[in-house]
Amino acid sequence: LPKIRDIGQQIAEALKGKSADYLEAHLEQTSSSHITYRGKKLESIGRSTAIGGNVRALVRGGWGFTSFNNLEEVPGKIELAIKQAQLAGKGKSQLASVAPLVDRVTAEIDKSPVEIPLAEKKQLLDEYNDIIWQTPKLQTSVINYSDSHKSSIFISSSGSFIEQERADVSLRLMAIATDDNEVQQASLSLGSRGDFSQIQSLHQQVAEMAKRSVELLAAPQVKGGEYTVVLDPVLAGVFVHEAFGHLSESDFVYENEKLRQIMTLGKEFGSAELNIVDSALMPGLRGSYKYDDEGVPASKTYLIREGKLVGRLHSRETAAKMKEKATGNARAVSYRYPPIVRMSNTYIEPGSVSFDDMIADIKKGVYARNWYGGTTSIEMFTFSAGEAYMIRNGRVAELLRPVVLTGNVFTTLKNIDAIGNDLEMNQGGGCGKGEQMPLSVSNGSPHIRIRHCLVGGR
Amino acid sequence: MEKILKQAKKIAEAAEVFLVSSDETPVQFEANRLKHIQSKQSQIAALRIIRKGRVGYSVTTNPDDVHGLIDNAVETAEFGMQAKFELPGPTPYPQVATYDPKVESVSLEQMIGLGEEMINTVKEHTHDIICEAEVTKNSVSVSIINSSGGKANYSKSTFSLGVSGSIIRGTDMLFVGESESSCHPITSTKAVTDTVLRQLEWARERALAPERVLPVIFTPNGVMSALIPPLMVAFNGKTVLEGVSPIGKCLGKQVFDKKLWLWDDATIAYRPGSRPFDDEGIPSRRTPLIEAGTPANFIYDLQTAALADTQSTGNGSRPGGGLPTPSPSAFIIKPGGVSFDDMLADIKEGLVIEYLMGAEQGNILGGDFSGNVLLGYKVENGKIVGRVKDTMVSGNVYKVLNDITAIGNDAKWVGGFLNSPSLYCPRLSVASKG
Repeated sequence: LPKIRDIGQQIAEALKGKSADYLEAHLEQTSSSHITYRGKKLESIGRSTAIGGNVRALVRGGWGFTSFNNLEEVPGKIELAIKQAQLAGKGKSQLASVAPLVDRVTAEIDKSPVEIPLAEKKQLLDEYNDIIWQTPKLQTSVINYSDSHKSSIFISSSGSFIEQERADVSLRLMAIATDDNEVQQASLSLGSRGDFSQIQSLHQQVAEMAKRSVELLAAPQVKGGEYTVVLDPVLAGVFVHEAFGHLSESDFVYENEKLRQIMTLGKEFGSAELNIVDSALMPGLRGSYKYDDEGVPASKTYLIREGKLVGRLHSRETAAKMKEKATGNARAVSYRYPPIVRMSNTYIEPGSVSFDDMIADIKKGVYARNWYGGTTSIEMFTFSAGEAYMIRNGRVAELLRPVVLTGNVFTTLKNIDAIGNDLEMNQGGGCGKGEQMPLSVSNGSPHIRIRHCLVGGR
Repeated sequence: MEKILKQAKKIAEAAEVFLVSSDETPVQFEANRLKHIQSKQSQIAALRIIRKGRVGYSVTTNPDDVHGLIDNAVETAEFGMQAKFELPGPTPYPQVATYDPKVESVSLEQMIGLGEEMINTVKEHTHDIICEAEVTKNSVSVSIINSSGGKANYSKSTFSLGVSGSIIRGTDMLFVGESESSCHPITSTKAVTDTVLRQLEWARERALAPERVLPVIFTPNGVMSALIPPLMVAFNGKTVLEGVSPIGKCLGKQVFDKKLWLWDDATIAYRPGSRPFDDEGIPSRRTPLIEAGTPANFIYDLQTAALADTQSTGNGSRPGGGLPTPSPSAFIIKPGGVSFDDMLADIKEGLVIEYLMGAEQGNILGGDFSGNVLLGYKVENGKIVGRVKDTMVSGNVYKVLNDITAIGNDAKWVGGFLNSPSLYCPRLSVASKG
């Protein structure tokens, strides 16, 4: 870190006395490694290092932003960002106040995953690939492993100087089975805050995944239409992220009068049992951090409490414009981008219903598990399950082809009529917004039941 | 660059240095107003070596860090895949124009003007719309040298503009949008705003979609969001080599509708996907992928081609400086002779799909897709009667593209990647809440 720390101190001086309403700089130094397998063979293995930074300026409500790899050019970049902001700004700068902070946050891991010998990482992936390939009818497999270790410095014209370090590990495995002209796949995604041991004992799960890809070949596709759907904690986590989390990001809302009316605090969104939270303060999760990329301390924010809208996620600017408190949710995937409002760890709080009770009175429904992905347009969302089963007469029945679920946020949240007692956080995802992806987040939920959910199919 | 190569040659049988630098200036409008002006400079240097027959590689943002690059490449080469290819020596390249110096000289004020013009035009049509817009100029330079004596470089300029708008009434939301890109500066916003105004007109009324099998027209934007992602995977030589491409064994067999022709083409002048050579220094070309419904070729980089006992098609791509992987440059679907209006006139009851959300989340390899019609319209008796909502369409790309009623004469660029006309398909499964 010494190199960027020295430059950071120079920048702290350089930001003083400029003709901008606010200035900040980020410096970043990252090392990472990755290993990819396709089929039985290792396909790609590599290491990379990056160093870069950015300067952001606010003048009369307009932002300028410059990013660069050559840190020697910083003084010129400060001037350029100010010039851009002057050109963009025609109104009034508003930022929620935050006390200047000087702090140093370490990665809280015994060993950086990047420094673990490649041979050791390869050994583990070889084990998983061997398990996958023990499955009959398997056509191919894909394994993507990556890790990173990042040191960053945040410097602001109001006197903050925050050094943070974080590490990340992510692993995605996919098994692909074929039969005549049919191709089916099953996958598994996991991640951790740099703790390699969290991906070290997945042998059982990997075997089940590979087996499922083959079973899907014979599985029928559900008939499209409305069903009572039960989501497992992983998929319900994706649902809460897509369906409600993004709507809680105030940059969608703050300058849109109509959306502000829809998102009035106190408005009822669901039943009294529904509580939705975003918290960057949960220890050890991929979406956790101490300070966001505007130097604001992280917080736990209730978005929905007892079915009513009670909060939302803010940057300093959205908070000021909506006259609310900054929540510490301004995040950037790297120094190449300015921070924007993002989630951290988003989850539905557990209720009291057991899984058996939840499906007991469903005559014909769909039990959807695991995830492929999800996306949202604010009002509408879709998310896709990695595996799905029919529910018949209160029991989980036959395996189905993966299903895509879609719906309207506002009606679907109200259609949640049972919340399980089994909260689990899922660490496998990466969130994309605009061109910024993947951002480390985690999602979670207990099992939930949704009435009248639209399922795509034949 | 030469310094890295010289050092690398000392420790490896073969070596290649790949350098990319870019300078991007986006001007962004939020909620109808100018909000953000950015300037993003970046550079990467990647080293690929073949050492003891195996591939090693490393990448850095700092080209002066020669030792770091070499140490990391040597370390990874111990475990890397066996190199089956040879780096290309000096090669003649096709003339592919990708740089227009006029892009760099477009001023910030002019870019701001274009953004304001797009927003004003759209707002004039629909007063309560809230627009976002972006105008971006970019210049990229790519250099490559290798130990076989191969040495090449090119520059590319790109200019893009786009506007999207949302209308909110109660909790009902409508999203419209369009964008355009070129290696020349774009001086007129009319093509983009005409499309958006047309979307607003067609979406003016609300219509109900029935729940059954219906004929569907995919507009060029609809083709991109619903049908293209599976084809990008299926024609990838790597997918074919692994035996998981549904068309992997179909070269020379007609599996698509006879009207369908598709090319990958990196040689079209002044298109953002064009380049004289790929990221391994292999000359660019136009590769037929589907000829009259029959798969004709797959796309390859050097290593995949060697494993498949064929030649690279010049599709080696290295996003972020990673190892090359086959990736399409630009997909071109041959236009047909039927006008969009004639397609509409043929439909008694059906849909026009402009954007399908979530289609790429299904079983891409198998070609199954299922998505929410985020922007689409109901057709009754040959006329668009309004937008549909809460509607999902599902199908399989290989079934859909094997039975096409008509191909439009309305081909256009979608983003920087696809040039496609509208496609009229006779039957697609529709699920709807009305």
